Amino acid sequence: MKNLLKTSLFLLLLFGSTAQAALTIEITQGVEGALPIAVVPFGWSGDTGTAPVNVAAIISADLSRSGRFEPLADSDLVAHPTDAKQVLFHNWRMVNVDNLVIGKISQTTPGQYTVQFQLIDILRGKQIAAYSFPAAHKDMRRVAHHIADLVYEELTGERGAFNTRVAYITTSGPVSNRRYTLVVADSDGYHPQTILTSKQPLMSPSWSPDAKQIAYVSFEKKTAEIYVQDVLTGSRRKLASFKGINGAPRWSPDGRRLVLTLSRDGNPEIYTMDLKSKALNRLTTNSAIDTEPCWSPDGTSIVFTSSRGGSPQLYRMSSAGGKATRLTFDGKYNADADFSPDGRKLAMVHRESGGYRIAVLDLESGALRVLTDGQQDESPSFSPNGSIIIYATGEGSREVLAAVSVDGRFRQRLSLQAGNVREPSWSPFDKQ
Amino acid sequence: MKLSIYRLVTVVLIAVLAGCSSKGGTKDGAAIEDRGTSAGDGAVTSGLGSGASFESYLMDNPDSPLQSRVIYFEYDSAEITGADIDLLNAHAGYLGANPGQRITLEGHTDERGSREYNIALGERRAVSVQRILELNGVSSSQVTIVSYGEEKPAADGNSEPAWRLSRRVEIIYQ
Repeated sequence: MKNLLKTSLFLLLLFGSTAQAALTIEITQGVEGALPIAVVPFGWSGDTGTAPVNVAAIISADLSRSGRFEPLADSDLVAHPTDAKQVLFHNWRMVNVDNLVIGKISQTTPGQYTVQFQLIDILRGKQIAAYSFPAAHKDMRRVAHHIADLVYEELTGERGAFNTRVAYITTSGPVSNRRYTLVVADSDGYHPQTILTSKQPLMSPSWSPDAKQIAYVSFEKKTAEIYVQDVLTGSRRKLASFKGINGAPRWSPDGRRLVLTLSRDGNPEIYTMDLKSKALNRLTTNSAIDTEPCWSPDGTSIVFTSSRGGSPQLYRMSSAGGKATRLTFDGKYNADADFSPDGRKLAMVHRESGGYRIAVLDLESGALRVLTDGQQDESPSFSPNGSIIIYATGEGSREVLAAVSVDGRFRQRLSLQAGNVREPSWSPFDKQ
Repeated sequence: MKLSIYRLVTVVLIAVLAGCSSKGGTKDGAAIEDRGTSAGDGAVTSGLGSGASFESYLMDNPDSPLQSRVIYFEYDSAEITGADIDLLNAHAGYLGANPGQRITLEGHTDERGSREYNIALGERRAVSVQRILELNGVSSSQVTIVSYGEEKPAADGNSEPAWRLSRRVEIIYQ
């Protein structure tokens, strides 16, 4: 990739053409390296000395975190344009930057701003996108994420997932006085909002397809129960408190049912529940442990963990139940599956000799690829555009979250919280 | 060896209870004499009719087998080993004689592996304990089962010494 870039730059300089390049760099699925990009600190005009939010820094961090881009460090920026007219393409080509993100923030009234940005294609020497957004102070981070989404989509052809949220569980306090919370935060970890606090364990948060509700398991009554809670209002209803296990809730793609684990019939089995009528349909009838169900994005099948083969492995059955086909054959422990949004891959917890890692199974080829190298990596969750997996890992004695790109090249740790963080669940795209 | 004496002691104590009138906790026979000192120190003179003395011996005496209320397990296993079966028999004896006494069996795992699978494994372990108790005369109405999976480890640490302590079922007398 870098050689191709250098060759094309040489050719451009040789023929002196800036308006129409002889070569077009296309971004394909199999791109080798991260795309070099420069995100220049946005200009500012307003009452205070600096802008209320460093929009460029948020955009840069988002693009970097995707693993697809390599933003230039601020200290390496050759200039600080805030408008396309100020851009000297020659200077940016010299530092091998393909694209430039520049912009301006201006205050309109106290607490209200306009954010303008332009995406510049350095090689072709022209602006390829320009947007302007009004934003109140509280919306600035969301606008920055939205700009990152637009840049990402323009340059990769894929939808960006920066303007999304993550739910997770935290634990803190001494054993005698534990505190568990369910938190919803921006997908970069900012703006954490606690939506539930409990003295007893909370588990298995799962977003509804419209990103408006979260199902979870709560032990507040000293036994496992499943609740569904409205994220905006905080109101919730109890959906399952049968005898035994009530666990592992996940939504159907149409939002009408939950698939879950119940042991009310004497053994952990997979059931679906209609959310309106609460009618149950039992899907498994095996005396082994059957749990951790996950609905395929097309709604036709359910993947789950079963010990029916002697140790935990992933199996797939129709969403109406029936015969289950085994999916995993590498290693003795494969569990806790999450479908990629395109339905082609499964992320899972996979045990190797060194520990429990996150792996991705390609359902078509059957190839398994291990993406992480921790000792107790768990709870994988795909981003809604399928390009990143967020998961829980350990850092010393602390539990923290981390993210890895699906090709495994790029990893990042997220630990903005004090205490321990676990069980991340990435929200779907906002349907608004 | 030690635990089968527990069983013998319990059986004898139950026989004593059955055989006694309203007198305080008497001791009987050579079997108890092995444990006589502590029993003697803990002797209570209140009437048996209230049931208090027998219960308080078994419940409060630090040497009573019933003070041992945790069963441990091997990795990924819900199998109960021989010595623990004896211990459970002691508990079953007490519970059988006290049908109003209820217990909760809490199942737990160590922190490795996925959480919901561990909830199921913890329940498996509690069910194994329940089965042995019921085989020995405990009514299912006396037993409640809860699994916490890996959510309430017994010890902190990322190695076998800590994990071993977490793979357990706790017998909680209500």
